Amino acid sequence: MIKFTEDHEWLSLDGDVVTVGITDHAQEQLGDIVYIELPEIGTQVSKDDEVVVIESVKAASDIAAPIDGEVVEINETIIDAPDKVNADAEGAAWFFKVKIDDAGQLDEYMDETAYKDLIA
Amino acid sequence: MGENLLKTPLHALHLELGAKMVPFAGYEMPVQYKLGVMKEHLHTRAAAGLFDVSHMGQILLEGDNPALDLERLVPQSICGLKPNRQRYAFFTNEDGGIEDDIMVTRRDGHLFVVLNAACKAADIALMKAGLHSSDIVEITDRALLALQGPAAETALARLFAVERLAFMEGDMFPSDWGNVWISRSGYSGEDGFEISIEFDRAEDFARTLLAMEEVEPIGLGARDSLRLEAGLCLYGNDIDKSTDPVQANLTWAIQKPRRSGGDREGGFPGDRKILPKLSRAADPEDRRRVGLKPEGRAPMREGVQLFENDNSPEPVGVITSGAFGPTVGHPIAMGYLPARLAEPGTRLWGELRGKRLPVQVTPLPFRPSNYKR
Repeated sequence: MIKFTEDHEWLSLDGDVVTVGITDHAQEQLGDIVYIELPEIGTQVSKDDEVVVIESVKAASDIAAPIDGEVVEINETIIDAPDKVNADAEGAAWFFKVKIDDAGQLDEYMDETAYKDLIA
Repeated sequence: MGENLLKTPLHALHLELGAKMVPFAGYEMPVQYKLGVMKEHLHTRAAAGLFDVSHMGQILLEGDNPALDLERLVPQSICGLKPNRQRYAFFTNEDGGIEDDIMVTRRDGHLFVVLNAACKAADIALMKAGLHSSDIVEITDRALLALQGPAAETALARLFAVERLAFMEGDMFPSDWGNVWISRSGYSGEDGFEISIEFDRAEDFARTLLAMEEVEPIGLGARDSLRLEAGLCLYGNDIDKSTDPVQANLTWAIQKPRRSGGDREGGFPGDRKILPKLSRAADPEDRRRVGLKPEGRAPMREGVQLFENDNSPEPVGVITSGAFGPTVGHPIAMGYLPARLAEPGTRLWGELRGKRLPVQVTPLPFRPSNYKR
């Protein structure tokens, strides 16, 4: 199941683990990405905590955790090569994985059709 | 976009080329095109980039001796400019601060001056008040384009005999596009040209250049990262009314005839503040503009405070321009530090999102400039 937030993140649920990334639309708006700071593995995050810093050639922006849980994996490859996010935001360039307590938190987010309407 | 923003004669072309438009100094300007800032930057360093800088002010100073007259307002030797030669200059104020940085070309019987867009009105007011014998003719029917990069000469030479221009030399080129004013100059750290052309000829001329294989349109985003890599100041960020030329590290731009003991010593606003500073040893606490290289990958931008230690309570300086440098491949910045900390190699700390990260003072430019001497 894939869901989308109004802040242009995507969430993919597999069992009790949610993979979080930013949408293709988001990377396009940000422009060339030059720096990414990810949370440490083991961090307990709460929804709306600022957990990621993205710097593009234009500006710095924060990304909030869309969900409560524990960070269980981060994508080291995008730290070394932030431009991967420009190339494949909705694929290989995911940001982090969270083991969640309550899958019900995903209900409030949009499905793909609703998200496409939002950015149209 | 705001209805009251001004448009340059290339506005429709920018939109057609897919530019992202932003408000800048009262104009609606392209910040980037389809390539994006990073590729536009790299393309300019590898081939040639075409910039619309029509928002900048263009004026003529006419009169009996506009060069001598302009020296009332700038610490540069304008009388010493040979015909068709161009020089970087700046207006100063009574405190020795910089009111604007400008480009001055001596032409037959008059001066051609290019002003920063945001300072245009203030500059004209300052000249009206401070010049005694010159007429200020504001040029309102000409676009200004810049073609920058190692292939700029090859591209432009197909249209005009620009090979004969030396760096910082300008001339007029009569052509099918009217009388085109071209100087071999720019603000990217590359060889290149600045081209003043009549409004109604500008779009056709730009299209002719863009049709060439070497040439891509470049927005303000890459213009900023190019000038920062070249160690060049952005007025309003790296220099302003409160920065004097010694602090700004621009003393190279004050020629001998205007210094103490020179033929035309002083006689510009703030001369009594600036001239003594040029000849005495630096006050270790006076600030200096420096190049800075963050040691990590995170860019440190304008406003980031600099600390002497990772635990010192008070900042000793601040970053005035910062970005990722696409050509050098790491973050770069300029800022101000006390003179005692301005030596290249000095290690300091920049505070980013509450964390102190190491940053080193580095020589400017970050990348050797590629001017045609």
